[in-house]
Formats: sequence, structure tokens, C-alpha cells
Amino acid sequence: MSSGLKVVFWKEMADYLGSRKFIILFIVILVTAVSLVYILSQSITANPTALSPDYMFLNLFTVSAGSLPSFIFFISFFGPLIGIIFGFDAINSERSKGTISTVLSQPIYRDALINGKFLAGLATIAIILISIILIILGLELGILGIVPNTEEISRMLMFFVASVIYIGFWLSLGILFSIVFRQTTTSALVAVMVWIFLAFFILMIASVIADQIVPLDQNSTLEMVAKNENIKNMIMRISPVVLFQEIIVALLNPSARAFGITSLIQATDLLPTPLPLSQSLMVIWPQFVGLIALMLICFAASYIIFMRQEIRAT
Amino acid sequence: MGNIVLEAKNLSKAYNHTKVVDNLDLRIEEGEIFGFLGPNGAGKTTTILMMLGLTEPTSGEVNIFGYNSTREPLKVKKITSYLPENVGFYEDLTAQENLKYITRLNGIPEREADSKIEEALEIVGLSKVARLEVGKYSKGMKQRLGMGAALVKEPKLAILDEPTTGIDPKGVEEILQLIVKMSKEQNITILLSSHLLYQVQKICTKIGIISQGRMVAQGTIKEIGENLRKGEKESGLEEKEEVLEVKANPQLTPDLIEAIRKMEGVRGVEKKTTDYSLEEIYIKYFREG
Repeated sequence: MSSGLKVVFWKEMADYLGSRKFIILFIVILVTAVSLVYILSQSITANPTALSPDYMFLNLFTVSAGSLPSFIFFISFFGPLIGIIFGFDAINSERSKGTISTVLSQPIYRDALINGKFLAGLATIAIILISIILIILGLELGILGIVPNTEEISRMLMFFVASVIYIGFWLSLGILFSIVFRQTTTSALVAVMVWIFLAFFILMIASVIADQIVPLDQNSTLEMVAKNENIKNMIMRISPVVLFQEIIVALLNPSARAFGITSLIQATDLLPTPLPLSQSLMVIWPQFVGLIALMLICFAASYIIFMRQEIRAT
Repeated sequence: MGNIVLEAKNLSKAYNHTKVVDNLDLRIEEGEIFGFLGPNGAGKTTTILMMLGLTEPTSGEVNIFGYNSTREPLKVKKITSYLPENVGFYEDLTAQENLKYITRLNGIPEREADSKIEEALEIVGLSKVARLEVGKYSKGMKQRLGMGAALVKEPKLAILDEPTTGIDPKGVEEILQLIVKMSKEQNITILLSSHLLYQVQKICTKIGIISQGRMVAQGTIKEIGENLRKGEKESGLEEKEEVLEVKANPQLTPDLIEAIRKMEGVRGVEKKTTDYSLEEIYIKYFREG
């Protein structure tokens, strides 16, 4: 690690952790997580059979109580916002404040600035996630007395890694837009638009395209329905939101073996036995690699554009 | 002749085939306060960015203390301070913290850093507000902090880009004095880019005039003036009512004056020397350019 990178990393870390957006974000997430746990434990105490006996602890993350969403939905929904909030003004705010010239006229490589910011962002996200997970863990232990077993702990660790990568994708997307757009408002708006598209509209578009290729009607065979469903799924997997949801379903629900309609067809012939972690990882390996690749592509694009740009304050 | 600190050779920069800097040659010697003069948009900032390796020249090269700015930017930036036009600092950090970040980026050990920061803030007169957030600083204070940031790394060359824009006359005076102090007391060679003539005239030992990306004149103010005069009309006589005007280039010798005085009907001789002021030089170049 070059010295310039280290200096930028620690400066950005201190900035992130002391920033108002971090504190507000942390409080919001904390309050939501605590109330989720509280309501969940209320409903579970009333109806203990809602949890599967083998993976009680993991179930707490996937079960939704009443009108409240489950914890994993919460992460897949809020994750992009966290990443975008930390990334969208990374470079353009340095430009508009004129600090970019001050920093880059010091003897550091140009990439130290962008690498330092990205790594500090990732570290901040990891800190937020790990503290939330630990808080939930503590509350569960205290209120319900549910102790996670080793399998569950390793699954939680993988869940943590996947979440960091997922939010890291949104962070690097935010940084990319902060390089491409000179105005912080533009980069924030565009990033949010991309998020809404990838989280919500991709489903509609995937359905429309799938119906165009394999039109379904009342006489359609099961084969055609499956084909239609597969095309839809392939298109939806462009979206990191979908990839992440599949990853966490497999990680936190050990009996998940496949996705989409195949899972329904196969499931009728299968015993619903839980898979060991290594097998669950096999199931979602392509999604995992896809998510990492998306993050790296975004970061590489930001890196290349930034290195070619002229360092001049606007 | 001092050592050459900065040398630019055939430096060119084009954006979309429009030449912003065009075959520029520049040479700065040790200890000089070099005034880099030109109107807005003449290519001053672009030239400076190329000197620091912050943008790549289309052709040509810059060497600072023998290091090539494009290939060895880190070595160049280690010994060169840059005060950008409209310098920016982290507004939520104090002056002291901002300078600390700069010393860290320069790899100055923590122990030495504090005393260097104190010294720099003392020189620019910000010691009393060292622990105030920069967001609360006035424009003039920020600019002085910029000078402090340029000083704290103890450079050999300081490149100051329009350091007096947007500052009141008193602040301008302070900054100009600071620049002279930097040059004399800290032995820093200075490149001062400006479009304000009188400031340059006041403190610069040498000037270079840039117009439309080209260096049109370089040297001391006197040298440039003399060069200009060479291009002027030769000596001649002109009669205006009772006065006979005698023009001589390069100058009227005492013998000639004596000869004129002895002429019949001459009641008095008045001698006038026209030295070109920087303003005249400037206007002349830009009218032609």
C-alpha cells in the first residue's frame, strides 16, 4: 500500500465516520433493525412454530412479521442507498470545492485518491453492516435466547461478505457518476434513477421481453412456461439487486437449491433437506461472481475515466 | 547566471485540435520571481497544469530541476508547491488539520510536521485562527492559508496561479509581501501567474508574456522594453511650431545634445527618455497579438 493511498484512506475514513450522513444513516438503520427484531420476537414468542427448528437463528433474518419486511429485504432495499450516499459526491465535490488540485499537486499518484476513497467507503460500509449484525445478534440472544450454531455463523459471515460486495457495487457506481458528472446533484439523481430501474423496472422489462420471445396463453405447455420464466430470469440477473436477493436466499435459507420455476418443478421430487454451506455456495456461485464482476467493472470504469481526466477545479 | 529551475521546451497542448498552448518556451532560474503574464484564457493555467503533470502535453516537455513533469510527476511535486487559482480546503477541518493532511501526503514525519505547520501559519499570519474551521475563513484568509500550504512542504519552487484574484487591496499587498518574503527568506524560486500588471511589475524580477498560447516576450522589464524600442521608428526630426523634436534611437548621446544646444536660435534643450512601462509593453503586445 503506497503511503499516499494510506493517508487518503485514513483521511476519508475519518471523514465518513464523522460525517452527518453517516450518523443519520446509522441511526435510521439502527432504529429500523431494532424495531424489526422487537416485533419479530413478539410474534415468534406468540407463535414459536414459525421458525424452522434447525436454523432458528437464520430464520430470524428471512421471516417477516406482520406488515414489516424481513431483514434481508431491508438490506437489499437500503444497501443501494447507503452505497450511493457514500459515493455520489466523492470526486465532483472535491472539484467544486477546489480541493482536488490541492491534494493532487502533492507527491501522490493520482489513483491514490480514488482508490483511497473507494476502500474507505467499503470499510465504512463493513463497519455499518457488522455493527448492525452484531446488535441484532445480541438482541436475539437477549430476548429470545436463540444461540446460532457454527453453520449459522459461517452463513452469516458469507452473508456479510455478500452484502459488502453488493453495497460496494453501489458505492463504485456512485463514484463513477461523481467522476462523469460535474454536479453532485446530477450524479445523485442519476444514481438513484439507475437504482430504481434495476430494483423495480427490470422486472417489468424482463416480463415484456420474455413474453415477446415466448408468448404464453391458456394452452401453453409447462415447457413453454418454463422457457418464458428462464428468459425472464436471465434478463433480471443483469440487475445486482436480483443477484443479491438470490445469493441471500440461498445463504440464509439452507434448503434453497435453485431459483425460478425450476425450483418449483424440482422441489416436488426432492426432500426439503437443508444443504451444507459449501453446497449452498455452489448453487449461488455464478451470482456471486457476477456481483463481484459488476462491482469491479464499475470501479475499473471510474478508474480509467479519472486517470484520463484533467485535474482542474471547476 | 543561476541554475535553471524550470525549463519548458516547445510545449504545446491542444484540446480538440484547438491549440491552447502553442510551442511555448520558458526558462526560470534559481531565485527569480518570474511573472507569468497574460490575459484570461491565454493558456497560463494549462501551462501550469502541464508543469505539474496534472495534464499531459500534446507535444514538448517541461523539466523541473531536471525531472520531467510528465514522466516523474512525484519527484516534481515533492519539490514544487502549487497554489491553484481559487484554492480549496476542506471546510469542516481546521487550518491546522488541512495542513496536516498536506504534510502527511508529502510523507513528512509527524514529529517535524507540527513545528513546520506552526511555522508556516506564523509566516502567513494565521496562528491565531489555526484551530478555526476553514469554512469560517474569509477569502483573503483562505488565500493566505493557500500560501501556508505552499510553504509547509518547504519547496524549492512555488507556482502561484493568480494568487490575488478576488482579494481586497490590503490583502493583495499582504500577499505580495509574502511572496517577496518567500523568495528572499526561504530561498524559493517563484512563478507568479497573473493578469494584473502593476503587481507583477512591483515584485517580479523577470517576466514572460503569453498571448494565445505563445510566449511573446521574456526577460526583465527593461530588456523587453529595449527589444520593443528596437522595433520602433528610427531617429528623426519633427518640427512643431516653435519646437524641434529630435528623436534618437537607442539614445541621445551627450555630444548630440551639446551640438543641438550650440545651434543657432536654440533657446533651450529639454531631454526626455521614454522607458516603456510594463503597461505599455503589455498593451503593445496584445494589440499586435
